[in-house]
Amino acid sequence: MGMTMTQKILARHAGLPSVKAGDLIEAKLDLVLGNDITTPVAVAAFDQAGLTRVFDPEKIAIVLDHYTPCKDIKSAQLCATARSFAQRFGITHLYDVGAAGIEHALLPEKGLVGPGDCVIGADSHTCTYGALGAFSTGVGSTDMAAGMAIGENWFKVPAAIKVILTGKLRPYVSGKDVILHLIGKIGVDGALYQSLEFTGPGVAALSMDDRFTIANMAIEAGAKNGIFPVDDQTMTYVKDRFFRPCAVYEADPDAEYIREVTIDLSSLEPTVSLPHLPSNTKTVSNVKGLPIQQAVIGSCTNGRISDMRAAAAIFKGRKVHNGVRCIVIPATQEVYLQCVREGLTEIFLEAGCAFSTPTCGPCLGGHMGVMCEGERSISTTNRNFVGRMGHIKSEVVLASPAIAAASAVAGSIASPDDLKEVY
Amino acid sequence: MVTGKVFKYGDNVDTDVIIPARYLNAPSPAELATHCMEDIDAEYASQVKKGDIMVGGWNFGCGSSREHAPIAIQASGAACVIAASFARIFYRNAINIGFPILECPEAVAAIQKGDTVQVDFSTGVITNHTTGKIFQATAFPGFINEIIAHGGLLPYLKARQER
Repeated sequence: MGMTMTQKILARHAGLPSVKAGDLIEAKLDLVLGNDITTPVAVAAFDQAGLTRVFDPEKIAIVLDHYTPCKDIKSAQLCATARSFAQRFGITHLYDVGAAGIEHALLPEKGLVGPGDCVIGADSHTCTYGALGAFSTGVGSTDMAAGMAIGENWFKVPAAIKVILTGKLRPYVSGKDVILHLIGKIGVDGALYQSLEFTGPGVAALSMDDRFTIANMAIEAGAKNGIFPVDDQTMTYVKDRFFRPCAVYEADPDAEYIREVTIDLSSLEPTVSLPHLPSNTKTVSNVKGLPIQQAVIGSCTNGRISDMRAAAAIFKGRKVHNGVRCIVIPATQEVYLQCVREGLTEIFLEAGCAFSTPTCGPCLGGHMGVMCEGERSISTTNRNFVGRMGHIKSEVVLASPAIAAASAVAGSIASPDDLKEVY
Repeated sequence: MVTGKVFKYGDNVDTDVIIPARYLNAPSPAELATHCMEDIDAEYASQVKKGDIMVGGWNFGCGSSREHAPIAIQASGAACVIAASFARIFYRNAINIGFPILECPEAVAAIQKGDTVQVDFSTGVITNHTTGKIFQATAFPGFINEIIAHGGLLPYLKARQER
């Protein structure tokens, strides 16, 4: 029986000729990731277990991105704990304020992850790197501690859902709309314990940034990982960034899938997820006019340069609606700098947006855009659970950067096409 | 074996309601426990007693990878979580910290809030003393039982390395 792409990567890292869904394996890790929230818990577990060394200080990345620049004393202590651990073991890939960025935008950008890798991260959106043809999955802090100590982890080999993409996205429809549509279709546990393997002729028409966004939210369908085939675009992206040998895997023609889902990209419309589950999707045309008080554009899902460009294209020559706070957060220093160089920063500021240093901040209700009772935010982030961005009676509507920007201008949920007449 | 009162919740209980992100900078499990479940059940943290049992529906623990979630439930005094299914990172995290979880959709469907329920961890047998009904939870694969028996992943790895 053939293997899926994910199964091939896992087999290779477990040193086995083949694996099948349900097998329990131990696989070698190419990278172990943690952030300012999860690393301190891992450090405590590491020390409590009496562990005294890390498997490879070059294969651990610690990114201080969630509550940074530190919002309070407790958060500062978390960062201090993470820094001191990195120093103790000579961990070189420590990314701090001024060099940091949101981990899942930063790691691919820095070339720390590449095709064929096997990566764990103590952050659920670690599945983002599937866009590069890597197996990567979110774990908790104890898994991170074990991974740092021995460079291996246990996995149950996942079965897979084959997601066949055809056609090409229409204007103002992006990777975010693709993944929201898919989650709406299969549900928040539609891919529980499984891989989402994206394939089909439509893949070639998706930019790398679209693929990162799609793989990023695989977890929101319960998936263990989401993965894309490696093509010319992938190789162009990793060239000049990723210097380990690339291992390109393809699913076998006779690989087994437990389900197939076909999405015609050209049929998709701008889509949002209403509170309080990412699967609660509606097309923008169906919820047009729903008032908002805040718009957040950024995050590990949508804080890359093409997201900034999509938002800036809407804001150019327009103003954020009176009564709406719009917070734009480029995901990394490099994206920030690129915004400055391309004149996007000026467009955001002239439109009346707040333009922030990279941080996860508002996405998890940490800081930089927390809401009180009764407020609603449109947000390019990934979760709209109860209380996610603040008060339990505040609401988050998930959307793409173009839709979030258009809604910020309109003062209520809108698509760019809706702006033409009035604004 | 534990016997306790049931605190019951619905499907898709996410880690943001188990322990909201605004408290993730708290330094200790005891402090996390005081905010456990507060966004969907403000009474839980003050009412739960040691040995009580949390019951959830499908996809329990979905969302973020925060290990603070099973840590907070464990520190709150609950002896275990019984759910119809668990989100995969929560599942790993609970096992890795040695916190018992049981998958049993039939028990979840039949158990009500406030019931007195007994759980035998060695057999996976769940007994609802309020109604007299008995259920069998799904068994874990062998090596996961070993991790649980050692009290978590790191003690298990350490024991294995010393063997």
